[in-house]
Amino acid sequence: MDLSTFLQQLVNGISLGSMYALIAIGYTMVYGTLRLINFAHGDIMMVGAFLVYLAVAVGLPFPVAVLVAIAGSMAVGVMTDKIAYKPLRDAPKISLLITAIGISFFLENLFNVLFGGVPKAFPAPGYLTISFKLGDVILPLMVIVIPVITVLILGAVLWVLFKTKYGMAIRALAFDIPTVKLMGINADYIISIVFALGSALAAIGGIFYAISYPSIDPLMGVIVGLKAFAAAVLGGIGSVTGAVLGGFILGFTEIFVVALFPELGGYKDAFAFFFLILVLLFKPTGIMGKDLERGRF
Amino acid sequence: MSSTSLAIKNITMQFGGIKAIDDLSFDVQDNQIYGLIGPNGAGKTTIFNIITGNYKPTSGDVEFQQETITETKPNLVVQKGIARTFQNIRLFKSMSVLDNILIGFHNHTSYSYLEAIFRFPRYFWQEKRIKDEAMMILDEFDLRKFADKKATDLSYGDQRKVEIARAIATKPSLLLLDEPAAGMNPSETEDLSNVIHKIKKDFDLTVLLIEHDMKFVNNMCDMVTVLDYGEKIFEGKPADAIVNEKVITAYLGDFTHA
Repeated sequence: MDLSTFLQQLVNGISLGSMYALIAIGYTMVYGTLRLINFAHGDIMMVGAFLVYLAVAVGLPFPVAVLVAIAGSMAVGVMTDKIAYKPLRDAPKISLLITAIGISFFLENLFNVLFGGVPKAFPAPGYLTISFKLGDVILPLMVIVIPVITVLILGAVLWVLFKTKYGMAIRALAFDIPTVKLMGINADYIISIVFALGSALAAIGGIFYAISYPSIDPLMGVIVGLKAFAAAVLGGIGSVTGAVLGGFILGFTEIFVVALFPELGGYKDAFAFFFLILVLLFKPTGIMGKDLERGRF
Repeated sequence: MSSTSLAIKNITMQFGGIKAIDDLSFDVQDNQIYGLIGPNGAGKTTIFNIITGNYKPTSGDVEFQQETITETKPNLVVQKGIARTFQNIRLFKSMSVLDNILIGFHNHTSYSYLEAIFRFPRYFWQEKRIKDEAMMILDEFDLRKFADKKATDLSYGDQRKVEIARAIATKPSLLLLDEPAAGMNPSETEDLSNVIHKIKKDFDLTVLLIEHDMKFVNNMCDMVTVLDYGEKIFEGKPADAIVNEKVITAYLGDFTHA
């Protein structure tokens, strides 16, 4: 592999990794607070992409459509919590997990019924799909935009989590929900914030994904969601920085496996999970996961 | 002339067929240290859970500052000015001592997310204000030196103090302490009673505490109610409680040897 191919694959890896990272943050935050693996989270990214499609179809300009889609996805995320998870707060965790899988199927099939299963072209505006040429390296604009926005968002999330009272409450929830209430804090409101934040990030990830691979279908969130989940586990589930790290590692691995062994290209998804298994064999708590004690972030 | 801080009115609490509390009434006056004592399983912690809104009583009412608060949600009860600690310490374990205190200030700052993310001046003023206040509270408990330590790294006695400090941070007028001296050695216990007297004065508090240690209760409390199997068997001065026939019978083998 020559240098320009290497650089090309590097930027592709950063871009794909950013998308996994954005989605993985939502998995890790919900897990950190509620000890729930929110399997519906991957589908929120699909909801985000479809809402953009819908908003553009009714005539909204693209930037407005993106804002509408993010707000809509936040609402869907908060509502799944209020309707499906909140009544099960005191139930065994396995009930929550199975409910999450149910919500995931529900969302997939709802959008299948509403929009049909045939992939649709994503209406990305022309100014977002331009590319630059740097020597032999082709740089699509999104490949630069995606990592930059991801890093900004990560900074904001970490700031909120560690430097504000909201973040303090989110971290405290991971230890003991009744005690958080006894600090005069409305715990359900804080949990809604977690879902809203995670869903917004997933929607942004989904929109990026849809611009980069310009077609959307109701099942697009399944495999991407699973890989983002793998990224969160790889990085140490419960840790936000770990989720981002895991996302990038998985993104790079996937891109470079295909670049180095083109004949294995069909197995790139399998390789991501193989890598996950490998890491967990040696560090069962993931890269950033310190221990199995409650509450890490 | 003092007025009533907390009034427990004819509370009955039934769990299935078991009456944990049977028609219990008592009043706690402002600035009193009031003791709730009785053998294990007498229903003391149940009362705390009813006051803080974690349980709904089968019948009866809780009044706080002449306002009925029965069935108010726990986070709203705290906002009205009641804070509690637990029998088994429930700190946010791997967070720092300072963070544990700061979380109590949650409702005493008013900045929004946007102000926090875009770092408006109000966010900085308020964060600085509560940090200073938290440090003052830590000083009160002589815990400033541990501010940056993980809560679980402290000794048992100090962890209890952090828990009380965290309760103080919510700015209560009534403080509920569930067996504050449990598991402490005599010198820690003495230290604790000094601290409780001090914070009561400095923060103008009313204190309702659950305790087993009769010596501690005798030192601390202005008034006590003794519970046995959910029924009140005595109310009055602690000195009179320890010579009361019914109390001795209920406790036999417990404090007669103490």
